Amino acid sequence: MANENATPTPTYEPGTRNPYMPYVATVVEVVTETHNIKTFRLRLDGEGVHEAFDHKPGQTGQLSVFGVGESTFVINSPPTRKDKYIQFSCMRAGEVTTALHGLQAGDKIGVRAPMGNSFDYDAMKGKDIFFIGGGIGMAPMRTLLLYMLDNRKDYGKISLLYGAKSPEDLSFAEDREDWLKRDDMNTYLTIDKEAPGWEHKVGLIPHVLEAIGPSPENCVAITCGPPIMIKFVLQALNKLGFKPDQIVTTLEKRMKCGIGICGRCNIGGKYVCIDGPVFTFEQLSQMPNEL
Amino acid sequence: MNAQNKFISRAKLADWLKELSSRFEVWAPRKEGEGARSVVVYRPFEAEKGLELDRKPTESAKHTMFPRSETLFNFRRNLVEGAPSLELEEAADPAPRLVFGLLSCDARGFQIFDPVYNGSGTNGQAKDTYYLKRRSSTVLIVKSCSKVLSTCFCNWVGGGPASTEGADVLATEVQDGFLLTPVSERGAAVLDSSLLAATNSDMESAAADSQTKAAAALPAAPDLKESQSALLGKFDNAAFWQAESSKCLSCGACTYLCPTCYCFNISDEAAGYNGVRLRNWDSCMMPLFTMEASGHNPRTPKMGRLKNRVGHKFSYYPSLHGGRIACCGCGRCIKSCPSSVDIRRIVTDAIGFTETVGLKEQNNG
Ligand SMILES: Cc1cc2nc3c(=O)[nH]c(=O)nc-3n(C[C@H](O)[C@H](O)[C@H](O)COP(=O)(O)OP(=O)(O)OC[C@H]3O[C@@H](n4cnc5c(N)ncnc54)[C@H](O)[C@@H]3O)c2cc1C
Ligand code: SF4
Ligand code: SF4
Ligand code: FES
Repeated sequence: MANENATPTPTYEPGTRNPYMPYVATVVEVVTETHNIKTFRLRLDGEGVHEAFDHKPGQTGQLSVFGVGESTFVINSPPTRKDKYIQFSCMRAGEVTTALHGLQAGDKIGVRAPMGNSFDYDAMKGKDIFFIGGGIGMAPMRTLLLYMLDNRKDYGKISLLYGAKSPEDLSFAEDREDWLKRDDMNTYLTIDKEAPGWEHKVGLIPHVLEAIGPSPENCVAITCGPPIMIKFVLQALNKLGFKPDQIVTTLEKRMKCGIGICGRCNIGGKYVCIDGPVFTFEQLSQMPNEL
Repeated sequence: MNAQNKFISRAKLADWLKELSSRFEVWAPRKEGEGARSVVVYRPFEAEKGLELDRKPTESAKHTMFPRSETLFNFRRNLVEGAPSLELEEAADPAPRLVFGLLSCDARGFQIFDPVYNGSGTNGQAKDTYYLKRRSSTVLIVKSCSKVLSTCFCNWVGGGPASTEGADVLATEVQDGFLLTPVSERGAAVLDSSLLAATNSDMESAAADSQTKAAAALPAAPDLKESQSALLGKFDNAAFWQAESSKCLSCGACTYLCPTCYCFNISDEAAGYNGVRLRNWDSCMMPLFTMEASGHNPRTPKMGRLKNRVGHKFSYYPSLHGGRIACCGCGRCIKSCPSSVDIRRIVTDAIGFTETVGLKEQNNG
């Protein structure tokens, strides 16, 4: 009478890692980036735990402020620079992010990471890379950009267009100084409106992008930012001749478990927490339209 | 396994469950409330509160494996000046459980949870240790279903009133008691009791008879293999979803009663320096389910949410899990929906054969 095709009942194997249990970490430094973005540099507690931590550019993590909750953020420091800390930059948006903004060096925090897929940096070897970031969208790209700079000879021309509303809304001041100085990458900064003392570009990111006019030849465009920016950047890239499989982005969805179980972040049969957050526009075009 | 079939009389059933209570936390259906307002619910067994094995349980047995609210871990913060510390303590392992009298469709529901919570069917591969610990220590005694309702359609989705899928023991009602058929080894182990009697050929044939009768009472099953592509094909058809969801109130009753809905939320509760991280049932029918901090919500209109509920069960889940439909046909969402939304109809409308299938418009009001 037993159904031959029935799947066997799964069993619990003692010692299986509990994926809901965060690592405890210590805040080593907090950097105020803008009026609503702070960067948190964390070191995982416990002997050898931080050293054993391994992630890939594009992967995310869940940060816990115990008693308030958990939220999703991109690990925005590359694996090539994690000896002292791993880094997350968080924009104040609601409950958890407001609590995060109250943390200081020495405070304890929970980290579940790494999660999700990553940028396909191996497939990008030998290609020109054009980064286009708006606002907090610079966070996921920072990881990949630094990773590529640390493996500079593997990649062709590297360019960055990074924009925000005003000079005060641009994050990563230290990085920006370095990026502008380097002769192995082109850095373009832009703000929406003219501001006193501003020496860089002025104008919305999609317009500035069109004016720079990168060639799609052997090039991958990577773009992260608010949905409205992505929409117009996509149009600009299309005009420049970029094909959907040459354009890479990261998606945002409300998340909870981060491990493909709680059912919150799906687009059809894809779960952004495990199948993403990195997708090409070619992949997105094959998914149900529910962004 | 026929040789090991056993018989438990109605008169001795409570004693047997009491006996099992020394080894298991026993759960069974009982009636709560009176008259027309009463419901049948699964609760920890208490002999004096009785059993209700004749009426169909109003709710599914999902919470016996996946509690409505569950502690993941405790945390303790010590905010000592200069050296703050934090301790996390995982929730204690669950006690072994035995659920008596769940329906065959409910047992199949857990099989739909399994590949998700076991990480075997996803890219994440994460194992939900809380679920797995409970799943592997819980014995399921399934009651073969003898009351087919107009809302039942287990046979459309691969089940049947006497399906043993997911069961450890199958209990079939016969004269004055139940015939118990062991399905798994741990099922056979619980049938070792002096309160149980040997079966005779009359009981065996009565049990087989009642199983056949129940199966025959179900309407013919249409082939739903096209539901995967049909629902995806309708994804951008707003007029279709508007029409299908027009009656829906977004109350979420369907998801809470459903044995195959498994979405949850994670949240913290703290008092002073101590607190707990909890997981609670959640519902994709709720507008806030997908609301992002920016205010953006990919499923603002209710049709987007109903589309996700039906799409997940009849299209996305099957596409990830070898074609298996993530609905066990229990019909609770149809029976208990205040607006008579009928999930069968949405699927057959999407495929385009509602007429052929002969479904009538439900009216629960
Ligand atoms: C893959 C991914 C990467 C992200 N990376 C970053 C980053 O590097 N920096 C950054 O500042 N922000 C990032 N976000 C957005 C960030 O997760 C939300 O801003 C944050 O969760 C808001 O939490 P809150 O508690 O302050 O807001 P509330 O509105 O109080 O939210 C309550 C809860 O809802 C959930 N939630 C709400 N909005 C979102 C959202 N957009 N995404 C996921 N969960 C949400 C969270 O679980 C949160 O705890 C990312 C989101 C995703 C999905
Ligand atoms: S029970 Fe009915 S009305 Fe309530 S959310 Fe489900 S389909 Fe909508
Ligand atoms: S979707 Fe409805 S019929 Fe299917 S398992 Fe859930 S409650 Fe039962
Ligand atoms: S966040 Fe839980 S499934 Fe993706």
